[in-house]
Parts: sequence; C-alpha cells; structure tokens
Amino acid sequence: MSDFIHESHSIVPPDPKLDKYQRIGLVLLGIGLATFFSSLFAGYKESGNNTIAFSTTMILVFSGGIIYGLRTHLKRQPGIANNGIMTTSVTSAGAFGWLIGITMTTLYVLYYWWHEKLAGMTSLFDPLSNAIRGKDADQWFMYGALYTIGVIIMGIKALAKYRHSRYQMIRTSSIIGSQLFLAFLTPYIMERLNQPYFAPNYFWPLDYKSMMPDKVSHLQEAGNVGNFIIGWVVVMFLVVTPLLTYYFGKRWYCSWVCGCGGLANTAGDSWRQLSNKNLVAWKYERVTIYSILVFAVVMTVIVWLSASQGLFPSFGPKVQEVYGFLIGSVAAGVIGTGFYPILGTRIWCRFGCPMAAVLGIIQKFKSRFRITTNGGQCISCGNCSTYCEMGIDVKWYAQRGQDIVRASCVGCGMCSAVCPRGVLQLENGPTEQRAEYQVDLLSSMKARKMEGKVK
Amino acid sequence: MHPIIIIGNGIAGVTAAREIRKLDSEVPILMISGETDHHFSRTALMYIFMGHMKYENTKPYEDFFWSKNRIDLLRGWVKTIDHKSNQIVMANGEKLDYKELVLAVGSTPNKFGWPGQDLPGAQGLYSKQDLDNLEESAKTAKRAVITGGGLIGIEMAEMLLTRGIPVTFLVREKLFWGSVLPKEEAVMIEKHVREHHCDLRMGEELDSIHEGENGRVAYVTTKKGERIDCEIVGLTAGVRPNTLWLSGNEELEMDRGIMIDHYFQTNLPNVWSVGDCAQFTDPLPGRRPLEQVWYTGKMHGAHLAQNLVGERKAYDPGIWWNSAKFFDIEYQTYGIVMPQPMEGEETFFWQAAEGYHTIRINFDADTLIVKGVNVFGMRHRHQVWEHWLATKAEMPEVMANLVAANFDPEFFKRHEQSIVESWNREYPEHQVTLNTTIKKGLFSKLLRSLQPSS
Repeated sequence: MSDFIHESHSIVPPDPKLDKYQRIGLVLLGIGLATFFSSLFAGYKESGNNTIAFSTTMILVFSGGIIYGLRTHLKRQPGIANNGIMTTSVTSAGAFGWLIGITMTTLYVLYYWWHEKLAGMTSLFDPLSNAIRGKDADQWFMYGALYTIGVIIMGIKALAKYRHSRYQMIRTSSIIGSQLFLAFLTPYIMERLNQPYFAPNYFWPLDYKSMMPDKVSHLQEAGNVGNFIIGWVVVMFLVVTPLLTYYFGKRWYCSWVCGCGGLANTAGDSWRQLSNKNLVAWKYERVTIYSILVFAVVMTVIVWLSASQGLFPSFGPKVQEVYGFLIGSVAAGVIGTGFYPILGTRIWCRFGCPMAAVLGIIQKFKSRFRITTNGGQCISCGNCSTYCEMGIDVKWYAQRGQDIVRASCVGCGMCSAVCPRGVLQLENGPTEQRAEYQVDLLSSMKARKMEGKVK
Repeated sequence: MHPIIIIGNGIAGVTAAREIRKLDSEVPILMISGETDHHFSRTALMYIFMGHMKYENTKPYEDFFWSKNRIDLLRGWVKTIDHKSNQIVMANGEKLDYKELVLAVGSTPNKFGWPGQDLPGAQGLYSKQDLDNLEESAKTAKRAVITGGGLIGIEMAEMLLTRGIPVTFLVREKLFWGSVLPKEEAVMIEKHVREHHCDLRMGEELDSIHEGENGRVAYVTTKKGERIDCEIVGLTAGVRPNTLWLSGNEELEMDRGIMIDHYFQTNLPNVWSVGDCAQFTDPLPGRRPLEQVWYTGKMHGAHLAQNLVGERKAYDPGIWWNSAKFFDIEYQTYGIVMPQPMEGEETFFWQAAEGYHTIRINFDADTLIVKGVNVFGMRHRHQVWEHWLATKAEMPEVMANLVAANFDPEFFKRHEQSIVESWNREYPEHQVTLNTTIKKGLFSKLLRSLQPSS
C-alpha cells in the first residue's frame, strides 16, 4: 500500500493514464453510482433492503471517490498539475462533459418539479435521515445529503490536488466543514430538537426565504431560538457582511463559507476553466447579476407590503413564486449547477447570486482586498485567466503591472496558485492604494518614481 | 501615409505597436507575422502541450483588440528588405512601403552542426510551428532525448513527461544551467529533475542523430559512444537571433544580432530593432549585448515607441530581473547574481531544512551593499528588491527587513526567522534582529516602514 500514497522515484515516468489504484477507485465509484441510480427503479424500501442498499452505496461511493481522488494527485509531485484538463472529454466540455451536464440538469429538473419521480432515490436516504433527525428522508434531505457528499469526496480530492498550497488547504477545509456542519447538520439537528429551520451560513438575499414575512412570523412564534435566528440573519447581513467584506473582500463568504462556492470549488473544481473570459461575458454579467439583486429587493418589499399592509394581495405571493421559480430554481440550480461541465462552475455566483452582487459592490467600492501584481514579473501566459472561475481576465491587469480590483472576484486564490512566476497575491491593505500600477515600463519600477530617481 | 511596419508579433513587436498607438492615435501601424494570425504568449507554449490551456487561452488580447486599436495585422513571411526604396518584399512577391521599419523577428533554436540535426523528430522549441511538430512526434514517440541544460530543455522535459514519454536529458556542463546558477541551486534543480523521473545525464554530450527506416529520428549517439533509441530529439542549447533571412541585406549592420544603439536604431535611419534579435553595439554596464527574455522584449518595445513617435529616450531598463519555473520550483532573481561571486563580492546562501526553498544574496564584501538575489521556492516582491538595489541598501538592513520582501500567499510557511538566524551565525559581527512588526503587505505602505524616518 505504501506506493499508493508515495510518488514513485523510478527513472521510468509514471503513466499519465489511469493506473491500477485509479482504476480500482473508478470501478468502486462506478458500481456505487450504479446502485445509487438503480434506486430510481429498484424499490429497495419495499423489498426491505434499504439499509443494505444505502450502506453499500455509501461505502462504494466514498471509498471509490476517495481512492480515485487521492491517487490521482498523490502519485505525482506536489505542485500545480492541470495536465490534460483541456484535452480530457469530461473536463473540456466533450461528450462525457455533456453527459454529466445533462444528467445533473435532469436530476435538478426532477428534484424541483417532479420529485415524486425520485421517490426511490429519496427513500434510499431514509437510514441516514432517521439517524440524524428521526424521520424518513424527503427530497430536500436527499438533495442536502448528495450535495454534502459531493463536497466531501471532491473536497478531499481538492486537498490532495492543491496540497502544496496552505491557502488552498485551509480554504478547502473551511468550505467542507461549512457545508457539512453549518448547511447540512445544523438545520436537521435543530429539527430533531423541535426547533425552527436554521442554516447559519445562509441569509438574505441569497436565502431570500429567511426574510419572508411567513418565515419571520413563524420564527417569532418559536420564542427565544426563533428570535435568535432572526437576529442572526439581520446581524449577518447588516453588520458582519459589510465588516468582513471591508477587511477581507467577498472571499470570506464566497470562498470560505458559502455552500454554492463550496460545491463549485470541490465537485466543480475540474470545470473552473470553462468560464467565459470574453469582454462580452463581463457585460452580460453586470446586467444580469444586478438585475437579479434589484429583483430580489423589489420582490422582498412587495411581499412585505402585501403581508403587512394588504397591498397587492394577489400579486405579492405571485412575485415570490416567480422569483422562486426563475431565480431560486432555474438560475441557481438547473443552470447554475447542472451546467457546471459546460459553462464552468460559478455560473450562478457570477451571473445570478444577489448575495454576490451585494458583496461585490462592497468589495469594489469599500474594501481593503485586492490581488496584487508583483511588479513587472507577468509573462502573459494566461494561466490566471484560464483558471479564474469567475471569468475575470486576470492577466489583462497583471501584464499591465496593475493590481486587480473586481467586484466579481471571489478570492479563491487560484490565479495566484497557477501563476508560474509568482506574480499574483491576494492581499488586504489600505483602500486608497488599490488598483495601483506596480510597474511602469519606461521609467521602470514605481519604487524609483516614488523615490524620485526617475521623473 | 506609409505606415510603421513591424515585422514580428512577439512580445517586443506587440509592445512597440501598443505603445506607439498610445502615443499617436493616427499613425498607421502594420504588424506582420508568418507564425500566427494573432499575438500569443510564447512562454505559454508548454502549457498548451501539457493540456493546461488551449492556444486560444494564451492570447494576451482578444482578437477584436487589434482592429479596435487600428493595428493592422498581416499573416505572411517576409522574404527580404529593399531598403533603398523603403519596401519590404513578402514571400509571395508582394511589396509593401514603409515609413519606419521595426525588426522584431525574435530567435531561432541553436543548432551546432550535429549530424542529423534536420531530421524530422529533431527540433527546438520556440515557435508555434515547433509546438505543432512536437505534438505530431509525441503521438508515437517511445523515448525522447533532450540536449542543452537550460530553461527550454527543462520545459521540454516536463512537457514530454506529462505524456508519459521517458526523457533522457543530456547536459554538457557539470552543473545544470551552470552559466547562470551557482552550484547549490544547480544541484538542487538536478535533484528535483530526477525526482520527476527524468534520466538526467550531467557532463554528457550529443554526438549525432540517426535516421530510421521511416526517414525520422531513430536513435542518437552520445560523445561517450552510447546509443539511445528515441523518436524525439530536443535541441535546446539556447537560441540565436533569427537573422539568417536578412543575410542578403549588406547595408544593414549585423553581428550575432541586428546592431542597435541605445535608441533601438540600426545603422539605417528609419530601421529599428527590438527584442531577441537586437544586439546592442554598446551594452549598458552589467548587461549583455543580446537580451533574450520576455521582460526585456517588453521594455525594448516600450522604449522604441518613445523614440519613434514620442520624445527621444535612451534605453533605461532599471535593475535586472528574471524568473522561471523548474518543474515545481519557482525561481526569481533581482539584480546580478553570477554563478561565482564577482571580484570583491561575498555570497550569503540559505537553504530550508525541508523542501526546495533557498535564498542567495550577493553583496559587496567591504560595504555590505547588496548586489543581487536568487530565490527558489519562495516569492519575493519586485518593488522591495528594486528599492534595496536602487538605494544601495546594506545587508544588515535587508536582513532585518526581510519580511517586507515576502510575496508568498497567505498561510504559507515563513522562513525569514531561519534565514536571519543563519545570517547571524555566519556573520556574528553584523548581528541583526528580524523586524517582525512589518506586516507583509502593500508596497507603498512597506516603503514608508523601510525608509528611515526623517
């Protein structure tokens, strides 16, 4: 087994193709996924084999996924190795990429609108649901469990892939922990304790429901705990969000805490390069993301006016329904996640998320965060832009010797990690120095200008 | 109006075109390349081969950029220059008039007359065409032999190894990249290269390349007489200016490269040259006549634009700096660090107990003024070193403030304490205490803390 975790030092280079451990991992994972999908038709619950089916599936998926993920990266030296990403079908929007995209999209569509078709799959998670919250699984539980499993397994792969970078290791651990404990376990433990729903890492406007009148009155009825949750949501949005974004940029949320970012940076990590970097995409992005923010605000106001003042009695609920369908389901789920293998991983975060829009406005106009360009060291190779999941053309700034201040940057740090010349660094510092030029080709470095050596 | 014609769309030519356009929004600019339709980053060729990027990803500017900035592009090879009539002649016979001509024609791989060096399968790695050829050869290759111990050789080794093609790497010198790297660094790189499963042979030289029945490379023999079967031979013993096509132009003064003055002007009044192909008649002190790196290409282009359409401005590149990556080890250098300390210099070298992290600072033995730094496996801040070198900072000051130079990502292991301890052991008469109150951070803030309060 020792050669599994240690890279070989033989003079014969390792075969870049799948080796035996990777194959074993993929076979186990494949059988696990087959049993998982067979639950759509098999009726394990009816046949009384649900616990066996669930544990078999979990053992296969976890062991297969982790063996494959670890081996793929531990068999090579630590360092950036995006070898073959642009030529492999799964990661370059080839046939396999489309297959995964269509499968994920289909599952989302069924989950949102025809969840009864997923009854078998849902009931597969009964044993876990009973263990955690003392009752059978529903489609929400199944979705949360699948999501968390994806983040954990692929998060372990990401930890192995980026093991040379402590920033990436710590950040990845944070998003795995946040998804598992805050987004998945906390709400269900609350439920088991007969307390209201509470996922501490989500709040308005991303979790628009948390501020809806029915939710708020439901929480008020729940007494102290309910009032704490209302207070938490309000404080997180009004105090913590601006404060942390001022000091650290929007990354504190999007790349460290948020589950959407968590899935993108674990399960979706191999597709981050598919985001469109063209100027045109940036133009669309600015229109869509701020439109959706306006939509979220207007919707919330209308729903509140409707509930408290009796205005727009029929229009109020309708507008929430439309928002839920278009933004909550289609944009965030079906397109935002289902299209990972085609459009890249942060489609929702980049074009849709109203929380990202708010954070972005703060980051752009009042934050200490920026990506610093290291003088004139950029060689315009394009790795930073290619691996920016938010579609920022990072090298456009880097090759000009300019620091990068962009509303959309989620601070994942991958531009800095893939840079072969040590040019980019995520930094927090005085706001007035953001976006400054670190190099001037003619009079050489800014240092010399500042010191009055060169006019 | 006849345009400024720039031959070559590499970084030097492109920087010239862009800077000219910034200074003059009217003058017509025509940029000609036989290599590609659009400018791409030559340094990124390896990433295309390894599948990190597609060719499209390596273009520093989107395609619309050129027409938007009214920089006309022409794809084609230039055959010769007819200077008397201010014309260039294209390979298809077409003649184009110029007002000013810029030769930014880059380099070509060195070939030292090895028998068989022109066989299919034997190649350098410089152009997009080289990359396409390598891609073709790699489809069936079972082994590759690379000759030449420098940056392109190590890149080519890394590239081929990602395809599972075993590489035998012949380096004539006793030390890897020995013309630039001091011994400790060279030995460390050699170890790292071997860890990447590369059959590195120091002190071994290519003798001849032999043809197989298919008319392609079949094997090489080394100077020691060993035969190595291979389908690819990487000829990466440096590059030389791409000037062979100009040999008919007797009025243009040339040596190894196209001779230029400090204003990038050749001996012909309206012919200029920048980048790899240009050779300074009278190089600046401490700099080489040929400057064949990305950064100098960029600075050449920017200076040339000034001289063509702005105020006359002699070449003033500031401190020397460069960077590279050897498999997984990043390298940066600021100032001048020769393989052996120069006359009157001392060298301070530190290496981490674990992993590949080193720093070497050369300084004047009498005055302790720093002359240059090599860092491996760490990132250092360009501006801070520019500041130290420009202000002739002395070693104790640099050592005490070393935290300011660090450019590693957040949470990375920091080595300044260990480096300073090592300095204090070696130079007890110049004891320093590391200033840990400097928060690693932005340059303009750092500068204030670095400058003595007055």
